[in-house]
Formats: sequence, C-alpha cells, structure tokens
Amino acid sequence: MPKDNSIKSVLIIGSGPIVIGQACEFDYAGSQASRSLREEGIEVTLINSNPATIMTDKVTADNVYLKPLEKKYIIEILEKHKIDAVLPTMGGQTALNLAIDCEKAGIWKKYGVRMIGVDIGAIETTEDREKFRLKMLELNVGVCKGETATSFLQGKEIAQRIGFPLVIRPSFTLGGTGGGFIEDPAKFDQALNTGLHASPTHEVLVEQSIKGWKEYELELLRDNIGNVIIICSIENFDPMGVHTGDSITVAPAMTLSDTAYQHMRDLAIKMMNGIGHFAGGCNVQFSVNPKDEKEIIGIEINPRVSRSSALASKATGYPIAKIAAKLAIGYNLDELKNAITKTTSAFFEPAIDYVIVKIPRWNFDKFKGADRELGLQMKSVGEAMGIGRNFQEALQKACQSLEIKRNGLGADGKEVTNQDVILDSLAHPSWNRLFHIKDAFKMGMPTKTIQNLTKIDPWFLYQIEELHNLEKEIEKCSIKNFPENLMRTAKQKGYADRQIAHLLDCLESEVFALRHEMGIKRVYKMVDTCAAEFEAKTPYYYSTFDGENESISSDRKKIVVLGSGPNRIGQGIEFDYSCVHGVLAAKECGYETIMINCNPETVSTDFDIADKLYFEPVFWEHIYDIILHEKPEGVIVQLGGQTALKLAEKLDRYGIKIIGTNYKSLDLAEDRGSFSTMLKDNNIPFPEFGVIENAEEAIEISKNLKFPLLVRPSYVLGGQSMKIVINEKELESHVIDLLKDIPGNKVLVDHFLENAIEAEADAICDGENVYIIGIMEHIEPAGIHSGDSNAVLPPFNLGALEIAQIENYTKRIALALNTVGLINIQFAVKDEKVYVIEANPRASRTVPFICKAYQEPYVNYATKVMLGAKKVTDFEFNPVKKGYAIKIPVFSFNKFPNVNKELGPEMKSTGEAIYFIDDLSDDFFLKIYSERNLYLSR
Amino acid sequence: MKYATRPVAWLVLEDGTTFKGLAIGKIGTTRGEICFNTGMTGYQEIYTDPSYFGQIIVNTNAHIGNYGISNLEQESGTVKFSGLVCKSFSDIHSRFAADGSLQQYFEQNNIVGISDVDTREIVRHIRSKGGMNAIISSEITDVEALKVEVKLIPSMKGLELSSKVSTAEAYEIGGEQYSKKVAVLDLGIKTSILSNMTDRGVLCKVFPAKTTFVEMQQWNPDGYFISNGPGDPAVTAYAIDTVKEILAADKPLFGICLGHQILAEANGVPTFKMHHGHRGLNHPVKNLISGKSEITSQNHGFAVDADSLANHPKVEITHINLNDNTIEGIRIKDKKAFSVQYHPESSPGPHDSRYLFDQFVASLN
Repeated sequence: MPKDNSIKSVLIIGSGPIVIGQACEFDYAGSQASRSLREEGIEVTLINSNPATIMTDKVTADNVYLKPLEKKYIIEILEKHKIDAVLPTMGGQTALNLAIDCEKAGIWKKYGVRMIGVDIGAIETTEDREKFRLKMLELNVGVCKGETATSFLQGKEIAQRIGFPLVIRPSFTLGGTGGGFIEDPAKFDQALNTGLHASPTHEVLVEQSIKGWKEYELELLRDNIGNVIIICSIENFDPMGVHTGDSITVAPAMTLSDTAYQHMRDLAIKMMNGIGHFAGGCNVQFSVNPKDEKEIIGIEINPRVSRSSALASKATGYPIAKIAAKLAIGYNLDELKNAITKTTSAFFEPAIDYVIVKIPRWNFDKFKGADRELGLQMKSVGEAMGIGRNFQEALQKACQSLEIKRNGLGADGKEVTNQDVILDSLAHPSWNRLFHIKDAFKMGMPTKTIQNLTKIDPWFLYQIEELHNLEKEIEKCSIKNFPENLMRTAKQKGYADRQIAHLLDCLESEVFALRHEMGIKRVYKMVDTCAAEFEAKTPYYYSTFDGENESISSDRKKIVVLGSGPNRIGQGIEFDYSCVHGVLAAKECGYETIMINCNPETVSTDFDIADKLYFEPVFWEHIYDIILHEKPEGVIVQLGGQTALKLAEKLDRYGIKIIGTNYKSLDLAEDRGSFSTMLKDNNIPFPEFGVIENAEEAIEISKNLKFPLLVRPSYVLGGQSMKIVINEKELESHVIDLLKDIPGNKVLVDHFLENAIEAEADAICDGENVYIIGIMEHIEPAGIHSGDSNAVLPPFNLGALEIAQIENYTKRIALALNTVGLINIQFAVKDEKVYVIEANPRASRTVPFICKAYQEPYVNYATKVMLGAKKVTDFEFNPVKKGYAIKIPVFSFNKFPNVNKELGPEMKSTGEAIYFIDDLSDDFFLKIYSERNLYLSR
Repeated sequence: MKYATRPVAWLVLEDGTTFKGLAIGKIGTTRGEICFNTGMTGYQEIYTDPSYFGQIIVNTNAHIGNYGISNLEQESGTVKFSGLVCKSFSDIHSRFAADGSLQQYFEQNNIVGISDVDTREIVRHIRSKGGMNAIISSEITDVEALKVEVKLIPSMKGLELSSKVSTAEAYEIGGEQYSKKVAVLDLGIKTSILSNMTDRGVLCKVFPAKTTFVEMQQWNPDGYFISNGPGDPAVTAYAIDTVKEILAADKPLFGICLGHQILAEANGVPTFKMHHGHRGLNHPVKNLISGKSEITSQNHGFAVDADSLANHPKVEITHINLNDNTIEGIRIKDKKAFSVQYHPESSPGPHDSRYLFDQFVASLN
C-alpha cells in the first residue's frame, strides 16, 4: 500500500530528559522520523521536555512544544492543532507510556487522532512478563521455565521440577532485593527462605537460570502487508546475566552458524507477527544454550525503536527510524529506496564487511557507594562504538573512544597484576572486566579458567589472547629493529601508535614516523549497507589499515567539527546539539563539513548531517590522520565539550588551525594561575585561591585562604573530584586521593563563598563585540554543581547592580581572552558583590537551553563568527522573553539504591528538562525554591 | 598458544591485478572464476554447493571460520568450489557441535585459499570490471608466471559443468511413508533441496544430468524437478530438451536456479551472462502474484532475459528482483510448471521462500 494521504499532520512524542536506560538515541530517532515525515509533506508537531535535543528544533519540526510529557499538555496541543495521527514509537518507553495513558483516558479518540506505528495490545503483551510468557508458549517459542511459589514447600517442588541452576526473584521488591542465582542445590533452601521473606507478599518466582548463556539481539522492520526484514544481528560479548545495555556488543553476530541464525530469524519474525500488527521497528532478544544451539529462548521483544536500533542503524548504515516513520504512514518496504545507495530497494537485509564493537561508558566514580557489579539493571550512562575490519581492530577502537585514560585495550602500563583482584573481577563483572581479561592473559592465566569464570565465548577470548601474544612479539623488538610485518599486523589489529610505543619503549612520534616511512597509513572504507555490492552515495567512513582508500578528499574549503564522544555525566547530549548546529552553520557558510565522533546514539553521527562523517574515536591519532588526509582549513573544538577542547593543545602544537578562540586563550582560561592574573589585571573579583601540587602545600595555603575550601583538579569535566573541605584533615585526605587518581595534576584550592548565589552567563564574542545570550541564576546556593542546580533564565532574584556587574565582567573577560565564538562564565554573588569562579571559552551545557528558551539559533551564529564569516554586529537579536524558563536537573539515582542523594560540587545528574513559568508565583517554582537547601551535602 | 603467522599467498586476476595475502587451507595453486558472496553466515554450505563448481569465492564477511564445520551442513558430498578469498580467517573455532576447523577441512579436501587481502577492494573491482577468472597460489611465488597462467583458464561462458557434478547413478531418497514421487534431474543439486522435498512427504529419485525424459518417466513420477547447478545454461542442451519433453507431456515441473534458466530456454527465452551476478543471502524479491516480498538466498552468474519475456505468449513473470528488476521467477501459462532464479531451500539464507515447495507439492495432485 502506498502512502496514506489522509495523514497530513503527525504528533511525535519525545523521550524527555536523559536518564540511565533512555538517552540521546531517542533524539536521533525522533529527529530522523520527523525529517522523514516532513519529506512527505506532513506537518510534524513535537513534544519533548528535553531542551538539548535537535528534535525540538525549528530545523526539525514544524511545531515544537517544550512541555512536560503529561496528558494535559497533549490535550493543549490537540486543542491548538489538527493532528491526524500520533507516532509514539520514537520516544522510548516514556513516549509509549504517555500514549497508552492518553488512550486509556480516551484523548486520542476525542480528538480523532490515530495511533500509528504501534499496537497497544502488542505493548501490553511485551510489558507484562506473564502475558509475554504465555504468548511465547502459544507461538511455540522457548521461554525460561518458571513458576511462582508462595510457600517454602511449593518452592522446593518447583525447583525439583525445573532443575538447577535456578534464579529466585521475590515479587514486589525494589531492584531485585532478596533474589539471586543459585547453582548449588545445597544453598537453595536458605535462598528460598530469604527470597520469601524479602517479598512483602511472601511470593517468589523460581525460574530456570540461563546465566552464562549466549545472548543475541535482532533488529527488525515490518510493513503493513507483513514484509519483514532483519536489519542487524548483534551478539553480546558478555553472556546472559549482564543487562544488554551494560554489555559489550558486537555486530554482526560472530559465533552463529547459518543454521542457528536462521532459526533465530524465523523465531524473531514469528514473535513480531505474533504479538500484534503494526508497521515499524522491533527489537528481539534471544538467549542460546552454549552447549546446544537448538535451544533458543526468547527473552524480550520491544515493539518500538530502541537503543539497539540506534546502534544497528549506525552499525549498518540503514536508517531504521527514517524508514520506520515511512512505514507508519502507510508505505510498504518494497516501495522505498535504500537511502544509502539511493538506487536499490529498502526491502533488503544489510550485509556488512566490517565489525562493530560497542562498549558502554559507566560513571561509577560519580556514585560513591554504588554497587559496581553489573547485573540485571542497566548502570551505564553512555556508549562508544568502534568500527574495524576485524573484531580486534573494532575492539581497540572502541576502547580508544571511551576516554577513560586508556590508550586502547591494554599495552599502556595500566595493567592490573593482582591475581585475586582479577579472579574476582572475571566472575563479578564491572566496567573494567574487559581490561582484566587481557590482564589475566598477560598474567598467564589459562583460557579455560577465564572461560569458566566469565562464560564468554571462547572465540572472543581467543581474540584477546591473540592480542596478548602479538604484544609479546612486539616487546621483543625495539623501534630500531621493528619489522614491517609486525607493525602492519599491530595497526591492523587496532593498536594505537601510543600502545606500540609503550611496547617498544619509545615515543609515539617515533612510531608514527616509522609507520609512515613503511607506508603503513590509514585508509578509509565506506559504511554502505551492502558490502560494496552496489555503489553507495553516502559519505559515511571508518578507518582501517587495508589496501584501497575510498574516501576521496575534495578540493573544497573544509572544516572539521570534533564531537564529544560517549555520553557521560557532565558531557551529554547538549554538546551533540551544538556540534550538529556547528556543522549546519558551516555548511551555510559554504564549507564542506567533516564530523568526527564515535557515539552511536547521536544525531551528529547520522549520515545526512555533515558532508562527510568519520565514525572514529575522538582520539588524537585518528583525528590527526583524518586531518592529514582531508587538509581542512581548521578544526572546531569549542562545540564538542571538554573532549574536543582537550585536543586543542596538540592541534596547536602540530600547526593545525583552531577555528575561533585560539589555543593560547583556551589555555589561559583553563590555567587558573594565569586566568587569575588576568582577572586581577582587569580588576575583576574572584575568590581567593592557590595552586598546589601536594598535601603539604595544601595545608600551608589553607592558612591564608581560610576554610571552607573548594578543592578541585585542573582540566577536568563536570566537577570531577571536586570537593568542599572544612578542616585540614579533610583537605589532606582529599588532596592525596586526588593526586592518586590524577598524578601530576595541579590542584586548585579556592576559598569557598558560603551561601553565595551562583549565576552563569553565556556570550558570543567576535574578538571585538560581545553579545550576552543569557544569564541564568541558580536556585540552589553555591556548592552544588551548576549542572545539578535548578537554574532560572533570566535571573529572578538578582539586583540591577549585580546583573550589571555580571554583564560587565562577562564582556571584559570575553574580550580579554580574545574569544572568537562562545564563552560561558560562572559567578558567585555574595553581599551584592560578584565574583568570577571560572570561564569556559566553549559552548556550555546551558547554550542549547538558552537557544530553546529564547528561540534563537545562537550556536549557528557563534559558528559563523568563529569562521569569520560574520561579526556579532551582523545579527539582529530578537530573543523571545516571556516569563522565566527553569532548567531542571534530572537524576538517575533509582538505578543506585545505595547511593546517597546528597548534592555537592561534583555533578551527578544525567539529564535536564525545561519548564516555562509566567511569573514567580508559580507553584512549581515556589516548591523548588523552598527546597533549595534540601540536598546540599554541606 | 603462541604467536603464529602463515605463509604468503598470491591472488592474480585475469586483468593482471594482483593481491598479496596469507595462505589458508592446503599449500598449492587453484584456478576459477572469481565471484563474491555477501552472506554473513553459512560458509560451509556455500563451499559444498555444486553451483559454485569451478569458482573462487570472495567471502565479504569480515571473519570466516569462526564456528568451524559441521557434518550436518554439507550441501553435497564434497567441497565443490575452487578456492577461498577472505579477510580474516579464524585459526580457532567455537561451536559446541562443530566437527572440526575450517583449516583442517580445507586441508582434507585439498582446498587452497588466501586471506588478509582487501576483499572490499576486490569486490569493488569485480563490481566495476565484471566477473573474471583468477588464480590463487601459495606455492608459486613468481607473480609474472601466475599472470600468464590465469589467462589459460577457460571462460565460464559456454561452459557445460553440470555433468561433472551430477550423480553418476540414479538413487532414491525419502522416507518409507511418502505420498508423492518426484523425479529430480541432478544438474548439481543441493542436499537441502532434497530434504525440503522429503520433509513434505515426497519420495525423490535423483537422476544423472543426461537422463532423458523417457528414462525418468519409467519410474512413473507425479512431477519433475530441475535442479540448480554450475555453468552456462545455454549450452546445457540435453537438459533443455528434457524439459521440453516434460512440458509437452504436461507434467508438474519445478525448477531452481539453473533449472529456472533451462525452463526459460526450453520456452525460447534466452539467458545471458550477468556483469557480476547475484551471490548473497539478502536479495529482495517481490512475488508479483501475492504482492508480498521475500529476502532470498541467491547464487547465479547467468539470468533470464527480461525483454524476451515482455508479452510472451506462454511465459508469465511471477517474481522480480527489487534491486535491479531482473527476472526472479516465471510460470508457464496453462501448465503446472514454474521456476525461480533464487534458492527457496536457502541453506544458507532466510527461509522466506519455502512456500514454493508447498506450492510444488500441492501441484502434484
């Protein structure tokens, strides 16, 4: 059936603020779906409370509602617009839940809105464990054997029927409390007792344990007439027992025979067809018995676009959300074209000739006291994807993308050598198990032991063992006698020059020089959905060390935009928002735009944003090689957060032009000493401070500064390791901790202004003129990280004198730093005096918020200023100023039940929402204002 | 485990293009037409498929050999293809039910291969220059000599190969409980085609390629099946004649791949050698009768001429390829005879098209 022409206006529901388990992949999905519908001449209305999203931009949708995802706002929209259909599958579980709420309340019916791309019955079947189990049994799909027991005796009988190993899941307990895996029958009685007692209803589910089984995911698309395709097979490196969002995953599946894969494909299609009839995307998870591949169990099915479908889209090049949106409005798959080749059909299954590895990014350091063991609940905050010509290369590249101060998988002097630590880590996975597997091989631990403890498929373990064996060969050499074949092998297996340098005990630059002398250079291959069978038109590339280079460098003037890498606390979707707008603005200025990023959840890595996309680690070596290949005019570092900014120093050293504010000024702002001298010279107040390199110096300096003191390392993100101390003992212990984590760091010790009000300003400067785009006042007092504070735009409680000081200082600092582009300055206001806390000459977390609140494209303007195409005075600024906009931080504490919810200088929130109020008598505002001291840790 | 490397091997194409890689399988030299397969699973099934006889396969999947080999996944009694070109060849395999490694399997079956070459570059080369002959050697290091030798390999066009891979003697296959009998003309049949028949209660008798209609008719079958196989359909005259006689007798007939091309030829519809063929597990085919589409497993270098089918009095197009609109299935009007270019038995590949076997079995009544 072709397009349904009765659908002229569609409402897309977003996923709201970023929380663990629901991140920016839904911005990617929503944006793609919106563009896809508008291509068809459909009017798109979007609702999402997350301001830092591309989907809520004018460039994406016709009508944007930055409103809470609640029924009353849906009604508000439906009152105002004639909406024909709602597409709730692009905004994760949040959007589905809201759509169901509206359905139950009869809202859709009342306004004559059709729900498209989804089947309510299907959602209910997939959400309810028991309904799902019964449906699977009906479809003859394997499920875990399990029964509910309400008494000890009953539990014993069930266990006898099912056999060991078992899992006990008490009903109605938070985060699985009181449950667990039981392998040893002797331990069952006690575990059953504990489980029954933990449950308020004295009820437990006794289930067959499939911990350690192989785990797979398939991504499907189906149209109205029942055509189904599998976009991607994904194999989990970490077997069953670790949440798939916390698992290292690989595509395509590496250890499946065709027999087993087709069996799984048949089951997936049967499951999708069995749960309901809807046109769109679907994700199915399976578990396979490692000892009998015929035994396949259906774990879960999600009848919507998911995190995995974003990964599958980036892994294959197939735009799942875009096509799913077209299917929802009536198209059939055979009527659509493959967007990558533009000539072949959208009804096909991508064939890939490379490997992708996704590694989650955790932030346990932000959640002191959290249980770091990975299990049934997702704990990671982001992810990075590496693409390589083989598994090992993809794995190394993914490790290089993580930004966890590693140069890849091992070979960087950070190996663990304590056997007990390693043995424990192998059996109890946390964020670092992958690294410990490598360390285990290095220690000489037999593969069998590692396999027994981890249950990871031997094929994967062998790949890591092979890396270890290669390293032993490399270590026998020196840079003087390093043979070409070993160099080539190491590079083909993804080793960074730095890792090779570590193994050869020489400098990174020497390895770089030698490999170029040997002619071992990166080539770029295309992600084309079809393993080169057809010519592809989409410039989506990854690097490898192979024969032919497919990325032809044009002679147009070009700009590279550095992305912000995997999401983490303190650096999330806001920076991707800025990168995307930077790319679009540079395009408008006539540049060929080149995007470099490694985060599969993002819009910036969508194949039709930049002119060229290099899906590569934001890691020096990869960036430098791309620059050598493309020869851009310069690199934009101020949009990709701290990740991109940190690379400025090296870019400058290598003579590569940094677009906008130059490296000297960037460094001046980061270097507390010179920055303060600059402030002093300009007669701008700042809290008394000192720079120390050890605890002794700290104690000494504290005598002049007076407690409380704010202690923080330089060059870090999101207030990492920042702490307020009130006495010498605390100061000493924190400085020691800090230098242990970041050796050689210059630690900053500031006098902390107690009970001060915090404010921040963002501005655009062209070196001569400054325009302040917005000033935000924090509701919570100083001491809570700006990212964790509720903040109000414009200030609600600052006097004209204070605002005048903020404006004055902002302008003077921006000019003194020779800022070209964006700058963010943080202030503390106490007793009517304004102090400067810090300045960041880059796009800040608040820029997207201000853009949304004032409805102006500031990142676009700033990029044009950076490029020298425009002056600040060329723009006509017309901010829409009505009432106030509140930035509300959103936390994911529910994933960490044992973590103290107190807030301090270290950022802990994972996302944010925007909320507009007309005046200060607003109930919500009054509530948060009255609670402003509630979570302050000191 | 120790760090190990394999000896050097060379791949030389007919147009003089050379690639240096590492030897896999047996040390030696092999020749054939080079073509690529984009499937991501099912390598063993490909290597044992008689349709690949005389061909060197480039597997585009990044890794090959990961799950070893299994005696249950043979598509014929022996390895049929001429040699392997791949990117990463796995020295170890992981599958509980595996019967051995791919390396051992190649050594036992005298298969020569090459790994660690830029397979993507080779695919792009074939895609633009077309299919051509090639030679792989891990024993001859003189590349110039290989360039001379590769020219001596005969072209696949005009080559009759079915008789080389067909059964020597007729044999029956199927359970004791059967409801229908099908005579199978073996031009290089895959095991899974036969199991798809026998699973549906059919007793098959597999006849050598050059068996005549009269000989098969003596077994008194309910229908006839014309199998897949290697080589140029245009020169498989004996089979074309057989098919003409089956049609004249108005018997149910089903053809797959080469069998499809022969059914076309038997109706005066010519076939042609494609630029570089279709080989993979992801080819989109639309069934024009039902309107639904299916993901198919394909392996063919020749195809049925579409122009000759326009307004053909006797032949109707039933399936087309959604990528390039080539002919994927035909039906003979007013007869119970039909055929498809792709492989509904898959193995390897999706099971979307197995309804065709049901359709054939139903037509036997």
